[in-house]
Amino acid sequence: MKLKLKVWRQKSANDKGYFEEHMVTANEHMSFLEMIDVLNEELISQKKDPVAFEHDCREGICGTCNMVINGRPHGPSKGTTVCQLHMRVFNDGDTIVIEPWRAKSFPIIKDLVVDRSAFDRIIQAGGYISVNTGQAPDGNAIPIEQAVAADAFDSAACIGCGACVAACPNASAMLFTSAKVNHLNSLPQGKTEATIRVQKMVAQMDLEGFGNCSNTGACEVECPKEISIANIAAMNRDYFSSMVGSEESV
Amino acid sequence: MVLENKVPQGKLADKWTSYKSSMPLVAPNNKRRLEVIVVGTGLAGAAAAASLGELGYQVKCFTFHDSPRRAHSIAAQGGINAAKNYQNDGDSVHRLFYDTIKGGDYRSREANVHRLAEVSRDIIDQCVAQGVPFAREYGGLLANRSFGGVQVSRTFYAKGQTGQQLLIGAYSALSRQISLGTVKMYNRHEMLDVVKIDGKARGIIARNLLTGELERHAAHCVVLCTGGYGNVYYLSTNAMTCNVSAGWRAVRRGALMANPCYTQIHPTCIPVSGEYQSKLTLMSESLRNDGRVWVPKNLDDAKAIREGSKTALDIPEEDRDYYLERRYPAFGNLVPRDVASRAAKVACDDGFGVNPTGLAVYLDFAAAIERYGRSAANTKGMDPDKTSKETIIQMGEAVVENKYGNLFQMYEKITGENPYKMPMKIFPAVHYTMGGLWVDYNLETNVPGLFCCGEANFSDHGANRLGASALMQGLADGYFVLPYTVGTFLADEIRTPAFNPNAPEFKEVENDVSNRLNTLMNIKGNQSVESFHRRLGKIVWENCGMSRNEEGLKKGIETIKALREEFYKDVFVPGSADEFNPELEKAARVADFMELGEIMMHDALDRKESCGGHFREEYATEEGEAKRDDGNYTYVSAWSWSDDGNHQLHKEELQFDNVELKTRSYK
Ligand SMILES: Cc1cc2nc3c(=O)[nH]c(=O)nc-3n(C[C@H](O)[C@H](O)[C@H](O)COP(=O)(O)OP(=O)(O)OC[C@H]3O[C@@H](n4cnc5c(N)ncnc54)[C@H](O)[C@@H]3O)c2cc1C
Ligand code: SF4
Ligand code: FES
Repeated sequence: MKLKLKVWRQKSANDKGYFEEHMVTANEHMSFLEMIDVLNEELISQKKDPVAFEHDCREGICGTCNMVINGRPHGPSKGTTVCQLHMRVFNDGDTIVIEPWRAKSFPIIKDLVVDRSAFDRIIQAGGYISVNTGQAPDGNAIPIEQAVAADAFDSAACIGCGACVAACPNASAMLFTSAKVNHLNSLPQGKTEATIRVQKMVAQMDLEGFGNCSNTGACEVECPKEISIANIAAMNRDYFSSMVGSEESV
Repeated sequence: MVLENKVPQGKLADKWTSYKSSMPLVAPNNKRRLEVIVVGTGLAGAAAAASLGELGYQVKCFTFHDSPRRAHSIAAQGGINAAKNYQNDGDSVHRLFYDTIKGGDYRSREANVHRLAEVSRDIIDQCVAQGVPFAREYGGLLANRSFGGVQVSRTFYAKGQTGQQLLIGAYSALSRQISLGTVKMYNRHEMLDVVKIDGKARGIIARNLLTGELERHAAHCVVLCTGGYGNVYYLSTNAMTCNVSAGWRAVRRGALMANPCYTQIHPTCIPVSGEYQSKLTLMSESLRNDGRVWVPKNLDDAKAIREGSKTALDIPEEDRDYYLERRYPAFGNLVPRDVASRAAKVACDDGFGVNPTGLAVYLDFAAAIERYGRSAANTKGMDPDKTSKETIIQMGEAVVENKYGNLFQMYEKITGENPYKMPMKIFPAVHYTMGGLWVDYNLETNVPGLFCCGEANFSDHGANRLGASALMQGLADGYFVLPYTVGTFLADEIRTPAFNPNAPEFKEVENDVSNRLNTLMNIKGNQSVESFHRRLGKIVWENCGMSRNEEGLKKGIETIKALREEFYKDVFVPGSADEFNPELEKAARVADFMELGEIMMHDALDRKESCGGHFREEYATEEGEAKRDDGNYTYVSAWSWSDDGNHQLHKEELQFDNVELKTRSYK
């Protein structure tokens, strides 16, 4: 299959970016990233600068890959990261537009590579349970209802890719943040710090310059791990009840 | 060189406890003055950095990833072992120890493996306390599943994403220490060399991958947790950036590479579909519980399938060869990984492969679907014999979907084929490297002050690793072993002031690194780094893959040397060294892989026996099974590198006082 690519090129954060057009020959068994590999091999053979993009596991779990394809974070397939996207969903002759995540809090580093360290800082603000190595009681000391554990797992399945932010018209990080808050706050082990956790993580999220949530639901649609938007409502409940009676705002 | 393994005296079961209680300690006020560098944030690195920070050391932690959470540990699927005996099925520390020693084909160190089994229990407790959402029973207690090579149920899991959940746990512990200021985190920093002062490891040279700047970082000691080197084969189940450079650079500064030829080839992966292929995807071992492996009995049928004029469904039952069931009636489709992989290779070498490349066998669920369908019908009070075949199959597919739905979906996403209707096509792929830096009982290399944890060391799995035990080892090393054993070195350093990164030793090593990168930049040849990596991978796969022989290994060594020469004459690295340049990063890693590949072949050549993942065609039984030579090869091989090709082999003899060496048989 022959494809026309319009790829975002940008030398660095301070440079102006632009779309560059390339023709690529691919076959339908390739993954999307293997198709980009073909493009880059071609560019290298012409002694040109290959397109910088990030990827690692290439099986949808590390959260590294990030491209907006024809306007959709991670492309057209549901519940799929870019690296799991296969060329058979495209047709011969298609034009494919490829852009980086666009959000103020994810500055562009080069071409399709962005800086997502804001997510790390949100986790550092409270995305943990304070237990040192060696302090833990026996693993079966606290039974946890199967359904509670399963819900916690579903929230914990987030891969930290940032598609939710890229999908949101306000570049809000609510889906990411709420998934972590709920994973920990719903487990008995995480309850002790529940209040302080939600306050600190939300404060950090705001500090990083992520936008507000206006309930468009775009994040849930594009999330490759299908993290539920119900996480946001649950976090809001935790957050507002934590603020009741609290004099200072955090 | 005498390799002193520093295994403490005493009874096997008491060694670790009594060692720990008599180990020199570092007082809290002194810990604050001691700096430790941890390279890597996978299970081993994140656990070690967090635990060292909690103990009060000043930690600097490095990863080339954009975040600690991206380390390749994230991709582990199946689970983590621990001798908890929650199922009350007779499991114990001793049993886990024994299974691991036997699974490793009697090529690992007893004392290390026993310690691993002991601390395995603490790992589960720790992870649960951190909020790792392990699978649970209805009663709310932790659930377990079974894995290959053992007779008890001791594997803890979180759906098919166990590695992810464990890593997120370790990452959260690390994040907490970062916020407390005990750990300073350096993302997007790649360690390119180790700095020694007076023979001891005192720092690293790291490249800031965003700016290309070389940085000098000093510390009282250095811990490498830099993962496995399966990508020397180019195609593997490892993530794209997994590499050997940290360990290899350490070897070039005097550390030793142990057992480099022990590679684990996983039998059930999605086969290669074309030349453009960049990586291989694992299909979990658990599938072999229900899938039957087969190839056609007749060469003509295999040929017709390859050419597309027949499919699996055209082959009648009597013309199928369920070769694992035929060759290994006792274990059938559940033989260990190394055995299953070699059998698939034999079938394909003999011309029975079932995809266009001839390198695939079937993993068929039809029988399981029918069996589950009939039993589902039965429980619904329907007579299976009077129920239509379609209904039975529908019901059976629902059961199979419940068990393996996510794997089937993953398979379909990649191949575009529906595995409920058509048998899966699978083939073995490189998965894990048992070899790694030589370490003693303290996880310290032969370079004082240089420690190594996780897949990057060689320590616990001998010649073959059992499923679900790499996660266990990474976390054991990181949480429960290194944070204490590092004290054996640091206790003597409490009066050593912080090291100055402007010392001449640092400048010298930085110069070396800078020259190395400039050399790569200045070749300005015509071939891409990727193309060299692919060629290297083919050479290592063909000559040092699933089976090896003297002639192939000798040829492989020469071919690699020639490829290396060509690389240094004709590789093309775009851009410059003082900017964000992923191609340069890759070039430096591939350069190191080329040297590692050569050492692997020397090691495989030296080991004139077959054991675990190392199968020498010359050393096999009449039936083609592996033949160990305990009289001559019960040692760990530890290699040093020399640019003139005069690489030295050092040996650590293995002593077995607690288990009897036996032939593994799965017949
Ligand atoms: C697909 C797959 C499935 C698996 N499933 C299982 C399973 O079910 N059960 C099981 O027990 N095991 C499994 N394994 C094996 C297991 O996942 C790994 O062996 C283990 O996670 C390795 O952990 P680690 O901490 O040693 O290394 P890694 O997780 O690979 O981490 C290496 C770290 O080092 C850093 N690094 C490396 N070099 C440098 C450098 N030069 N400078 C800076 N940073 C550097 C990287 O950035 C990374 O942070 C699986 C492996 C694969 C590939
Ligand atoms: S919530 Fe979904 S989209 Fe957002 S970071 Fe997590 S996995 Fe990615
Ligand atoms: S590369 Fe890991 S999720 Fe896509």
